[in-house]
Amino acid sequence: MTAETVAFWVVAVVLVASSLAVVLTPNLFHAVLYLAAALVATGVVFLLLDSPFLFGVQLLLYAGGVVTIVVFAIMLTERLVGERITQASRHVVNGGIVAAAVFVAVAGFLLQGRTPTARPPLAGDATEAIGRALVGPFAVTLELLGLLLVAALLGALYLARTEE
Amino acid sequence: MSLGAYLTLAALVFAIGLFGVLTRRNAVGILLGIELMLNAVNINLVAFARFHGDVAGLVFTLFTIAITVAEVAVGLAIVIVIFRVRRTVEADRLDLLRG
Repeated sequence: MTAETVAFWVVAVVLVASSLAVVLTPNLFHAVLYLAAALVATGVVFLLLDSPFLFGVQLLLYAGGVVTIVVFAIMLTERLVGERITQASRHVVNGGIVAAAVFVAVAGFLLQGRTPTARPPLAGDATEAIGRALVGPFAVTLELLGLLLVAALLGALYLARTEE
Repeated sequence: MSLGAYLTLAALVFAIGLFGVLTRRNAVGILLGIELMLNAVNINLVAFARFHGDVAGLVFTLFTIAITVAEVAVGLAIVIVIFRVRRTVEADRLDLLRG
């Protein structure tokens, strides 16, 4: 029982529990808070996989940015002032069967093959490797990503403008 | 932990997110389920990148995180506009395109 195994099980339990809470809580605002917990748990999974840079990016962009955006959107789409956002779910049984079928299919496929247990030794700094890859083989993709972000920014600004 | 453990964890989170997308009535709730599914994909990518020593998986994860942030921003802007026009964000009520 290495420290990494214990940490993996703890993080896995937290991640699965908060994910279940995200999809099962009636109150939408609570669901967003559970999503924040799930995103932080995923960041810790990245840390366990020896990529601290992605841990930082996950915390900054996902747990910081996306959660803030969703909270504001919930606040702006409340029906009445002071009324809590509550909602029931529909077709819970059908949705549960489909989701369980997808998981069983993927897990069955994983159980058939053998997956490597030992990690290859870390070849240098992962962050430096990402940086070199971004300006090397993936430079064009990086520029396209910038283009996409500008387009998304303009689109969101245009859509959310107030009619004057 | 083996690679299969990480992949199974990602598959579980993906299935839970899928359940959320299928059952939530609120449009923002559906987007939360989509977030969980994208999260699971990121776990998969980073796990494969670590166990195969390839940095391309980490770069791919970076790109999907950035694209997801852009998609959430635009998607929620659309939801807000829909709410302004129709005063509801329940997926059952937004049926203008239904035949």
